[in-house]
Amino acid sequence: MSLVSVRDVHKYFGDLHVLKGIDLDVKAGEVVSIIGRSGSGKSTLLRCMNGLESYDQGAIILDGMEVSTDEFQVRKLSQSVGMVFQSFNLFPHLTVGENIMLAPTLIKKTNKAEAKKLAQEVLEKVGLGDKFGQYPEKLSGGQQQRVAIARSLAMKPKVLLCDEITSALDPELVGDVLKVLEQLAAEGMTLILVTHEMNFARDVGDRVVFMHQGKVHETGDAKTVLADPQTPELRQFIGAVL
Amino acid sequence: MGYELNFGALLEYQDVLLSGLWMTVKLTVVSTLLGIMLGILGAAARRHRNPFLRHGSKAYVELIRNTPFIVQLFFIFFGLPAIGIKMTEVEAGILALVINLGAYLTEIIRAGIDNTPKGQIEAARTLGLSSRQIFIRIILPPAFQRVYSSVVSQCIIVMLGSAVVSQISVQELTFAANFIQSRNFLSFESYLVAALLYLLLAFLMRLIFNLIGSRAFSREEKQS
Ligand SMILES: Nc1ncnc2c1ncn2[C@@H]1O[C@H](COP(=O)(O)OP(=O)(O)OP(=O)(O)O)[C@@H](O)[C@H]1O
Ligand SMILES: [Mg+2]
Repeated sequence: MSLVSVRDVHKYFGDLHVLKGIDLDVKAGEVVSIIGRSGSGKSTLLRCMNGLESYDQGAIILDGMEVSTDEFQVRKLSQSVGMVFQSFNLFPHLTVGENIMLAPTLIKKTNKAEAKKLAQEVLEKVGLGDKFGQYPEKLSGGQQQRVAIARSLAMKPKVLLCDEITSALDPELVGDVLKVLEQLAAEGMTLILVTHEMNFARDVGDRVVFMHQGKVHETGDAKTVLADPQTPELRQFIGAVL
Repeated sequence: MGYELNFGALLEYQDVLLSGLWMTVKLTVVSTLLGIMLGILGAAARRHRNPFLRHGSKAYVELIRNTPFIVQLFFIFFGLPAIGIKMTEVEAGILALVINLGAYLTEIIRAGIDNTPKGQIEAARTLGLSSRQIFIRIILPPAFQRVYSSVVSQCIIVMLGSAVVSQISVQELTFAANFIQSRNFLSFESYLVAALLYLLLAFLMRLIFNLIGSRAFSREEKQS
């Protein structure tokens, strides 16, 4: 059984046909990298998977739940799927610890002491155990992004969606964030990431999905697909990013 | 200069002045607190799902911002009794101040809310927060912080504007000054003292708001 199952999904923004029949299955523990040119629909697809964006046709089933943008459904889904964004999106008026504890205390009704312990745990995991009381604005981009990952992890999701989470970072900070992802992958976390980090996709990822003009143009085992692309579009894309 | 200043003569009316001052303080504290609450509710209504709330809030703001405060006050105190809604001078004064401040704050706070980065709301949704939780926990605090200095200014404007409620015989500071100068004809001294007291109040208000603000919005590392 797949953890995430995307069936013939179509999405329009007005007249713009952005997703043109996407099929994708992700099993628990898999690390799937979605790659493709700007505007090919990668973010839209990812955002459809947790109800941030609606789709017009087809079906997405995540952890046995039908995905929709209905608030009740999004809240239910949030127990199973986490998301990390390119722009970190930490809450600036809350400390690192408060950012992390917010959802567990509000949504899961975890008591304060337990939430604190949990927050400390996930912070250690991303290598920021000493930042609990600090405000996000005092952290570097790479640290903020790792806090954002920790915040998602605190909800114990079964799958983590990452949309270009290293793209806004200075090059020297990218490594720390990728290391965290690598560790999560090793622990068996299901990851679906939109990324331009080809080395990461090849070395850590199980599978690559190449999107082109709103379709899955080519997909398969990460190492195979990246070493030996079958379509001229993917070949050209790889040539352009490497 | 044939006019001799005579502040000493005001001492006789010290009690009147002080009780007027005290009334102004009470009016200000109550209307500031309630006005801020109303402004937050008004701003929340502006982004509510329900179109009646959205449009109602907008109509409220437009109505208040485009009519004179004194007319609002007279309407509440002299007009409403015609449809059976009666209240004391002080109640009417407070109600008028709250409604007035609430409208301006609705607009100010809404502007702060509009600047909320969309990504933060999405992150909160992704974490499973409800719309209400998102508004209260994620949107409002930084929005309020962004517009805090405008909120403070508006509250001070309303404190100064409370002088108008002397027109319905609320015995506040301006009422006291009117009263005193009608007895001793020392208009210059009476109103000058009143003006200085308003100045002092405005200064104190800003000071208190700043203290509250710097505590509430501190981004100093917290010990856990
Ligand atoms: N909210 C929106 N309203 C209208 N059009 C949109 C919206 N979001 C995305 N689009 C359009 O949909 C298409 C796909 O966008 P999407 O963000 O999914 O691309 P992407 O593959 O993630 O690109 P990038 O690599 O630049 O992030 C683009 O043409 C984009 O302009
Ligand atoms: Mg994108």
